[in-house]
Amino acid sequence: MNGATPTTSRRAHGVTNPIGSSTAIRVEGLSKTFDTAAVLHDLSLDVRAGELLALLGPSGSGKTTLLRIIAGLDFPDRGRIIFGGDDATQVPVQERAVGFVFQHYALFKHMSVAENIAYGLNARKRSDRPARAEIRRRVGDLLDLIKLSGFADRYPSQLSGGQRQRIALARALAVEPRVLLLDEPFGALDAQVRKDLRRWLREIHDRTGQTTIFVTHDQDEALELSDRVAVLDKGRLEQVGTPDEVQENPVSATVLKFLGDTIEVEAIAQDGQVSVDGKLTPVVGKRGLTGPVKLYARPWQLQFAESSEAHLHGTVRSSYRTQGRQRIEVDRTEGKTVVVEASDTARLAAGLPVGLRIVGGYVFAE
Amino acid sequence: MSSASAVVPPIKSPPIQSDRAASVVTEGRIVRWLLIGVAIVFLALFLVLPLVTVFVQAFAKGWAAYLAAFTEADARSAVRLTLITAAIAVPFNLVFGVAAAWAIAKFEFRGKNLLVTLIDLPFSVSPVVSGLIYVLVFGAQGLLGPWLIAQDVQIIFAIPGIVLATIFVTFPFVARQLIPLMQEQGTAEEEAALTLGASGWHAFRTVTLPNIRWGLLYSVLLCNARAMGEFGAVSVVSGHIRGLTNTLPLHVEILYNEYNFVAAFAVASLLAGLALVTLVVKSLLEWRYADDIAAGARRH
Repeated sequence: MNGATPTTSRRAHGVTNPIGSSTAIRVEGLSKTFDTAAVLHDLSLDVRAGELLALLGPSGSGKTTLLRIIAGLDFPDRGRIIFGGDDATQVPVQERAVGFVFQHYALFKHMSVAENIAYGLNARKRSDRPARAEIRRRVGDLLDLIKLSGFADRYPSQLSGGQRQRIALARALAVEPRVLLLDEPFGALDAQVRKDLRRWLREIHDRTGQTTIFVTHDQDEALELSDRVAVLDKGRLEQVGTPDEVQENPVSATVLKFLGDTIEVEAIAQDGQVSVDGKLTPVVGKRGLTGPVKLYARPWQLQFAESSEAHLHGTVRSSYRTQGRQRIEVDRTEGKTVVVEASDTARLAAGLPVGLRIVGGYVFAE
Repeated sequence: MSSASAVVPPIKSPPIQSDRAASVVTEGRIVRWLLIGVAIVFLALFLVLPLVTVFVQAFAKGWAAYLAAFTEADARSAVRLTLITAAIAVPFNLVFGVAAAWAIAKFEFRGKNLLVTLIDLPFSVSPVVSGLIYVLVFGAQGLLGPWLIAQDVQIIFAIPGIVLATIFVTFPFVARQLIPLMQEQGTAEEEAALTLGASGWHAFRTVTLPNIRWGLLYSVLLCNARAMGEFGAVSVVSGHIRGLTNTLPLHVEILYNEYNFVAAFAVASLLAGLALVTLVVKSLLEWRYADDIAAGARRH
């Protein structure tokens, strides 16, 4: 993962410098409205050559629409799509040389696996079409790549969901696309298959170096798989950065909340210093930030503490263990229930009064 | 989880009564036989008996008389006209039906519901009215009649009128069958084909058409049966000119009205045979490719 890349955010819009050689696709000021609902709002994004980029967002954030516009399956109301320096906004989908993988595979039911993979090559004009032996060789190579070598003559209905999705990927790769676009590629699969396929997709990407954009609403998937994550919300790009960057330096509460469980606490800022219940916290805001603010913390950024050092007070409601960690629900004396995460294996009895210290967190200037 | 789950005592089940039906929604034996019996009697009386009668009457005076009914010039001309009509009407409605279903199922546009309603219109209009519409538009006293006469084009009481009326009556068969089928299949496969570089026509030929082929064959079969058997609308526009504008159903009527029963039933047996063949092929299709035509068949 390249950790030295600067974080771009929606605040860095309006850049119109010529497209760099490392940029494979540039999305410029994209807007799209369906009926009366705006789906994309003046969205700009650079996709680097060879990277694996995740478009992450809740449903309705416009991520699939963005992917379809890049593919040429939908058209924007405003804005441009630039493929390696050429304006592709008006280029029809057939000529964009994209590989698209659909959530529900969209394999051709009446064709064998080999015919599915060869479809894009066979669809070419006779002058551009590889010889039959060459097509067969390429299909064989791709079947090896997706580890389904013996399946050439099967039909999609004879395959499992995970196998179908691998065939769909091979079919998209067969045309040697400039960019591979995957729309919730693992969305229809069960948890175990999904995990295996994730790792496998990462391997394929490392081996082929194919510029890849995939859409997901699953934070873990995006953070585990991608080189960079683009977080979308309500048709706007909230933040782009490496998984580490977006997790460590989220630019907004929206990004923070979307990336994991979040605790919200009323706090007071005094020139950047944030205090809760009259006690200073280690959380630092922008200089000059003054007045009532919201402090956001992850479950592991709260620790049990003596009452005199605690920012929050309450009683234990319940606790449960998950994968070696313990999660404790605490009913705050004033306000909502918060969830605290601790490695402590001791069981805390329900009703036990506890104090919580904030050891980290975020404040945002709204 | 605690491991101290209580041992459930076995429930004493009452002995199963053997005359009780297998499931609660199945009726008792007597009611079942009664219902089946009613259905069989009904079918025998209203379907099988008339069908048998057609063949019995057709062969009442033996093979020679039966065959003679077809060697007659008027009968041969009726067969020819019926074949011509179907040969024009069915392909026309095939193309129109696929195009309409494609447009309705795969695209969003204004007036879509109106188009769907219009496609259903011929099913809700009496065939006689359908025929009359063409008389009113193309007939000598009709809207375009004087102009057509001036151009020396005859539509009513001629083959074009018969073809038009048949097309109108068989209009909905293909489209109605394919619309739900195509809607169910969605557009993902076509989109996949397009992203792989296929032209629209190539995608249609290699993806859309194979996906609807059995539903299409099924609907063409029904469309053809109706095109060859249509009486009402054709009767109005035909003019019943022997040897010229008589289709098979019209020929049957004429023969019957002339008390030529053997010939009438002989020709009718041809139509009945067509119906039987259609039925068999239709059942075969339904049995073999139920899933591929299901979406459409459910609506009928």
